[in-house]
Amino acid sequence: MSARKTGPKLTLGLVLSALVIMLSVGALAIGPFPLSPGEVLAALLGIGDPQAQLVVQGIRLPRVVAALLVGGALAAAGASYQALFRNPLVSPDILGVSAGAGLGAVIGIFLSLPVAFIQLFAFAGGLGAVVLVTVIASAVRNTDRILALVLTGVVIGALAGAATSLLKVLADPYDQLPAITFWLLGSLASTTAGDILPAVPAVLLGLVPLVLLRWRINVLALGDDEARALGVEAGRIRFIVIAAATLITASVTALAGVVGWVGLVIPHIARMLVGPGFARLLPVSAILGAGYLLLVDTLARTIAAVEVPLGILTAVIGAPFFIWLLAAGRRGWA
Amino acid sequence: MHRNTLRGLVFWLALLAAVPVAARTVVDSAGREVQLPDEVGTVFASGPPASILVYVLRPEVLAGWPRAIRPEEAPYIAAPYRELPASGRLTGRGGDANLERVLEIAPDLIIDFGSVRDTYIDLADRVQRQTGIPYLLIDGRFEATPAALRLAGEALGVPERGELLARDVEQTFERIDAILAATPEQDRPRVYMARAPDGLETGLKGSINTEIIERAGGRNVADPGDGRRGLVRASLEQVIFSDPEVIVTWDRNFYAQVFHNPMWAPVDAVRNGRVYLSPTAPFGWIDRPPSLNRLIGLKWLAGLFYPEQWRGTLREEVRAFYSRYYHVEPTEQDLDRLLQWSEGKPPQ
Repeated sequence: MSARKTGPKLTLGLVLSALVIMLSVGALAIGPFPLSPGEVLAALLGIGDPQAQLVVQGIRLPRVVAALLVGGALAAAGASYQALFRNPLVSPDILGVSAGAGLGAVIGIFLSLPVAFIQLFAFAGGLGAVVLVTVIASAVRNTDRILALVLTGVVIGALAGAATSLLKVLADPYDQLPAITFWLLGSLASTTAGDILPAVPAVLLGLVPLVLLRWRINVLALGDDEARALGVEAGRIRFIVIAAATLITASVTALAGVVGWVGLVIPHIARMLVGPGFARLLPVSAILGAGYLLLVDTLARTIAAVEVPLGILTAVIGAPFFIWLLAAGRRGWA
Repeated sequence: MHRNTLRGLVFWLALLAAVPVAARTVVDSAGREVQLPDEVGTVFASGPPASILVYVLRPEVLAGWPRAIRPEEAPYIAAPYRELPASGRLTGRGGDANLERVLEIAPDLIIDFGSVRDTYIDLADRVQRQTGIPYLLIDGRFEATPAALRLAGEALGVPERGELLARDVEQTFERIDAILAATPEQDRPRVYMARAPDGLETGLKGSINTEIIERAGGRNVADPGDGRRGLVRASLEQVIFSDPEVIVTWDRNFYAQVFHNPMWAPVDAVRNGRVYLSPTAPFGWIDRPPSLNRLIGLKWLAGLFYPEQWRGTLREEVRAFYSRYYHVEPTEQDLDRLLQWSEGKPPQ
């Protein structure tokens, strides 16, 4: 793989981007409300039937943008976590961000709060869980730093899961319980432009340090001692990466609910395409993730008369793929 | 040590007390033959629907509510029964009641009002074997309400009251059927039930959560056409496409924003101001839980769906229903609060 030059890789990036743009245009044209491609185009340009404009601009467009944003963000966060922990089995929720966000949202639903507050609670829960994990892990001094982080993440995640289950038991079974179940499976069904606006700056804010630090993160993958020998302060970089990837994951989880598998599987495909170098892995993961989730979400809203939760589709698609990946024994990591 | 012995003793005494003096046999909705004692003094309701069934028929035997009654709901429950303790739920419906606590209450009978599918039959048999307390399964479908009232009335020792209420329900059904007989299918209003704060959770046609729509003479727009049921997520695009003429909900968060949200603006029901908020005191009018509480919602919806054909003033119907079923005489203020709620102004 390393024999390839920058040229073909740039081409690859362009090809992928073009594919994602084509997918987005296609997704805008598909939906239960019957609209011809011409009507969709007219509605996008703000002319024609006002009802069609509302469907395309008000419903489909935010949803397509949200799918791209959530998929890209989760895959970028997954690639970062995998580089950080030097482990391909890591996904963005390794430090409990999904479990924390899930708990936050469930508290919001349990208290019968409006949607905006449920999202805010989810965001705060995701960040809170990771802050708790890093604080506890840094207080544990007598073990490997990374091991301490991972184990604390597992523990806090399990604790948040238990609290979520407790609230499910206490929730009104005819009202809140179904809402909780649907939220924990993830969905973009009710996404509006107003939901996306706060998520975009948060995701960008998280992506900037990852892009700026891409070479140092690469060095980090060699191990703490080697990184130090090359003049990279592992502890500080790790802290920044965790903060950035968590911010990204928490903000999109607040928007879409808990969507699993994207952050785990997509970086693998990206690695098969461009190798493990983080500088290339990050953008390719983001583009692939965006296209993948767009595809999945378009399936979710079209394959049945009702919405299929995203978490179900990503698992059904992701699990066999991951098994194939294991069986094929690709050594994309090294 | 002493305390443990004492507890064990209480447990066994409770078990003994719970063994019924088998005197009569009742066949429940699942076809199970259940031996009941002559006198039923205490009843454990397995969940919210059953608790309402028992409360309506014979409140003095109800051992407790699945959850404590909230202040907002209290004026609509007869005084002594507002204070009943929270006793939890049994069986697969998110069971959080402890069997030992059930034995401590030592009910003469456990009543379950809802699904009578095999899982629930098996669960009922297991609890009955384990505790020795007769366990009655009653079919909770809306259409079967008169039969449920007769069966439960007989089991609770108040067959006349069961018969009286069953007749009342049948009369309400007949009043609606008379309107429907003159209204062809395509003239019936197309209805969407909005659940969850974003309004995008709904029940498919025929689900226990939405069967009131069809019973009141509406057509549920969430109809996949293949007989599937249950709660699902819908997308806004689907709602706009199916373009319901009426939207019913009990979610105050959804109701508070639906008329201001530009996304919902193109829906026929929103344009014409036909989004209706159901009161939920002491129980939901249209669902939540699916039990006898839906009867007042049925009259309310029939009036909304067929304003010209349906005769009756809501205020008097509410007064009569709350008095006959809930054993309370609501004050004019209490009635005002309910009626304003049903007009979209819920208590804060």
